[in-house]
Amino acid sequence: MKILVCISNVPDTTTKITFTNDNTEFNTSGVQYIVNPYDEIALSRAIELTEGGKGTVTVINVGEVANDPTIRKALAIGADDAVRVNAAPRDAYFVAKQIAEYAKDKDFNVILTGRESIDYNGNQVAAMVGEFLDIPSVSIIKKLTFEGDTATIEREIEGGKEVLTVSGKFVASCAEGVAEPKIPNMRGIMSARTKPLTVVDAVAIEEVSKITKYETPAPRGTVKLIPADQTEQLISLLHSEAKVI
Amino acid sequence: MSVLVYVEQAEGKFKKSVFEAVSYAKAIADQQSTNLTAISIGDVAESELKELGKYGASKILNVSVDQLKTFVNQAYASVIAAAAEKEGADIVVLSNSFSGKGLAPRIAVKLKAGLADGAVELPGTDGKFAVKKTAFSGKAFAITELTSANKVIALNPNAFGVKENATDAVIENFAADIKPSDLGTVIKDIVRATDKVSLPDAELVVSAGRGLKGPENWGMIEELADLLGAATACSKPVSDADWRPHSEHVGQTGIAISPNLYIAIGISGAIQHLAGVSSSKVIVVINKDPEAPFFKVADYGIVGDAFEVVPKLIEALKAHKG
Repeated sequence: MKILVCISNVPDTTTKITFTNDNTEFNTSGVQYIVNPYDEIALSRAIELTEGGKGTVTVINVGEVANDPTIRKALAIGADDAVRVNAAPRDAYFVAKQIAEYAKDKDFNVILTGRESIDYNGNQVAAMVGEFLDIPSVSIIKKLTFEGDTATIEREIEGGKEVLTVSGKFVASCAEGVAEPKIPNMRGIMSARTKPLTVVDAVAIEEVSKITKYETPAPRGTVKLIPADQTEQLISLLHSEAKVI
Repeated sequence: MSVLVYVEQAEGKFKKSVFEAVSYAKAIADQQSTNLTAISIGDVAESELKELGKYGASKILNVSVDQLKTFVNQAYASVIAAAAEKEGADIVVLSNSFSGKGLAPRIAVKLKAGLADGAVELPGTDGKFAVKKTAFSGKAFAITELTSANKVIALNPNAFGVKENATDAVIENFAADIKPSDLGTVIKDIVRATDKVSLPDAELVVSAGRGLKGPENWGMIEELADLLGAATACSKPVSDADWRPHSEHVGQTGIAISPNLYIAIGISGAIQHLAGVSSSKVIVVINKDPEAPFFKVADYGIVGDAFEVVPKLIEALKAHKG
């Protein structure tokens, strides 16, 4: 089985998010970058599915050379090789087109992504890649198993889950539950240095969206503290002041 | 030029988030001085379809065919995009639900459209079609301009509210042309807890963390949630320890929610957790540590032991409800 895993280079989850240039640009100063945590779940499942000579895992990232350490981290976790499409990722539409262009003649059985990147929270790339390649896509999956060529997938729905099967090629975006994220060991870190990382050029595609400005949530007022033995006061405030119950 | 809204049904019914999407799409149609058409796929009774008129849909396209009785991402996207083209709709609105998240990107590619997902406000009217959407897992918003001719918006639940706008709705059957290659996924089973409020849609949420010490102590959390008609949620360490299912984990690597009321019990308020809940309208924090960072972003707080405070809160709530 040949699996392609799409990875995003995102700010570490503890990053305090600020903006510069009149709130039009994300302030990258001092920010540590990581493999998007959901993509790590997808990668970990891909490695489990191909372990023991059952297949190969390629990771793909759309980004500039600064992303290479993040890509090497994915190789350290256990991907066999990596591809970087050399372009600043404009939006999901652009990224998905690049991935689809790369994948279209490579015969991957499965393409996996994380459920969303923790920076732009889109959950767009997986389904867009599916559409560009005209193959099925399943978004926000919690479980992925194979029997021969047929995959059984559990997908999250409001208040429950849907179990479905798909035969042949498909794309899926992975959420928690699909796999435990793997942690690179020393051997993985050493071998990652010499695993192939191919850089390819981007293809042109029309612009469909652009971010013009960022805003941060309005700060809340000071907390109103209620004595622990006066819970009825809290209920009454929620009812008559906040009007939420 | 018109606006098309996809109305997602679950077991033949529309949820509040659908009426919100219709209300939002109607407001966009008004901005653009045009009409709103809704498209429903699956088995929905005429009386339920008529409900959409209440929120401003003047035409309802009904797709009721055997192959599409249950959700097929690829085929549903094809049908919605085909309807947009046939109706001359250049703006397509969906709920940013689990299914909506799978559909919107495919529709966007089919229509060569920019996609604003996780939208929380109406587009700007200053000549630029810019939509405010959540970014950085609730730590920020990104104003995203859709520069393409066609546009797709996926609206976050609880962001816009339901607004009545009584319109006489005409229901039409829409003949969908279904490609066999669009039917690659086959549903085998649907498991839905009908007695519980679903977390992404919930207006009220009761959430608990490690302060509860173990999964056996969730009885009082569930009792409080039941009394309020709230959904239950939890912090990451709790779902990581399998005390609660992953689907309840809210935060940066779980799901982001924006309920009217979020009650956090025994959760200290790590930055990753706050990211997922900071757009809640009202936040109540119950924690025995007065220095817990969560108090800094809370509206109301009680410093106290959850095992003492929550039972008292349940009593007070019962008394309030009479």
